[in-house]
Amino acid sequence: MSSPSPLSSIFSNGIGKENPTLRLLLGMCPTIAVSLAVSNGIGMGLAATFVLVGSNLCVSLLRKATPNEIRIPVFIVVIATFVTVVDLVMNAYLPQLHQVLGVFVPLIVVNCIILARAEAFASKNGPLASIVDGLGMGAGFTFALVLLSAIREPLGTGIILAAPDLGFEGIRLFSKEYAAAIVTQPVGGFISLGLLIGAVNLLAERGKGRAGRRGSQSPQGGCH
Amino acid sequence: MKNLLVILFTQALVNNFMLSRILGACPFIGVSQQVETATGMSMAVVFVMTMASAISWLVQNLILNPLNMGYLQTVSFILVIAALVQFIEMFLKKNSPGLYKALGIYLPLITTNCAVLGVAIININEGYNLVEAAVSGAAAGLGWGLAIVLFAAIRERMRLAPIPKCMEGFPIALVTTGLLAMAFLGFSGFDVARFVGM
Repeated sequence: MSSPSPLSSIFSNGIGKENPTLRLLLGMCPTIAVSLAVSNGIGMGLAATFVLVGSNLCVSLLRKATPNEIRIPVFIVVIATFVTVVDLVMNAYLPQLHQVLGVFVPLIVVNCIILARAEAFASKNGPLASIVDGLGMGAGFTFALVLLSAIREPLGTGIILAAPDLGFEGIRLFSKEYAAAIVTQPVGGFISLGLLIGAVNLLAERGKGRAGRRGSQSPQGGCH
Repeated sequence: MKNLLVILFTQALVNNFMLSRILGACPFIGVSQQVETATGMSMAVVFVMTMASAISWLVQNLILNPLNMGYLQTVSFILVIAALVQFIEMFLKKNSPGLYKALGIYLPLITTNCAVLGVAIININEGYNLVEAAVSGAAAGLGWGLAIVLFAAIRERMRLAPIPKCMEGFPIALVTTGLLAMAFLGFSGFDVARFVGM
């Protein structure tokens, strides 16, 4: 980004046009694996947001001191440090959530969203813009997680908003006998995320048709 | 011995890393356009996952545990894996140009494959010993490889299918993965311990 853009547009960019999950298609594994319940989605989203903001800030502050050749290892160590902080704090204060998210908490390290933002944004921009970018991208990731889990949780269990750590049993929408348990299996995760991204593409296509040729590019698949 | 067979079947089929644990989705969808590249990638993954499992086990049990530094697990494992991949790449380039040609372009991509770090952490959580950890890594890699080769074969056939425009590419790939995962769901009823006679 050569010309500095206003902070509000950096923030909204992460939620809408460059939503990391729904438009840039980054970080698929945690999205599918964690979106079994809205509370898990929020927990994972906030954890990733914290890591994104912290790592973006550090990478941005270190950007003049980091030699170009070893920038990726430096980024990874910074990210891994913040992930360790999240892992320990979550284990201490939200033990049930920590157990449900399991191996996906340490695996935030290899979530491509975070390394991608460090490389594409924070290493080229000032600390304030980088923090806002981290917040925006984190909010976009959380939004996508909540959206997907709000589809999967009620369809799979008949309950929405169950949060065992807060002692909240959730709101029962319909009886358990009518719930399709397969939606909470990985099978349901792959299919519902595929259909969700398809629907977002369709909406984006429609929106583009209405706004004429404003030149919004179609998403490029995959992170590697 | 039977113990190792149980780990092999469990990690490769019952808890398939891609289709049941959902680890390594990015390269799974990114490098599955052709069966040939998918095979190359899965060989590289088996190789790296086996080595990473063994070395991260040694790091955990010989360095972190004696020094009471378990909290450095995430940082040290990711560094070990990144260094290992780099080292394997240099080693193959010098000593085995044929293998390097086959695997070379996939190796750098593996550092960010979450299945590699995932298997290293899962081995420690399960309390495996060194041999079990190495077998578990190899089995996890084989299971992931099986899934990506099957998936690439399906994708090659799908190329000519008429698909709605909004579903082209990534979304249809996810739905296809879902159907493949449904097939692998059959293994979840597979009683491995009885099968190997334990």
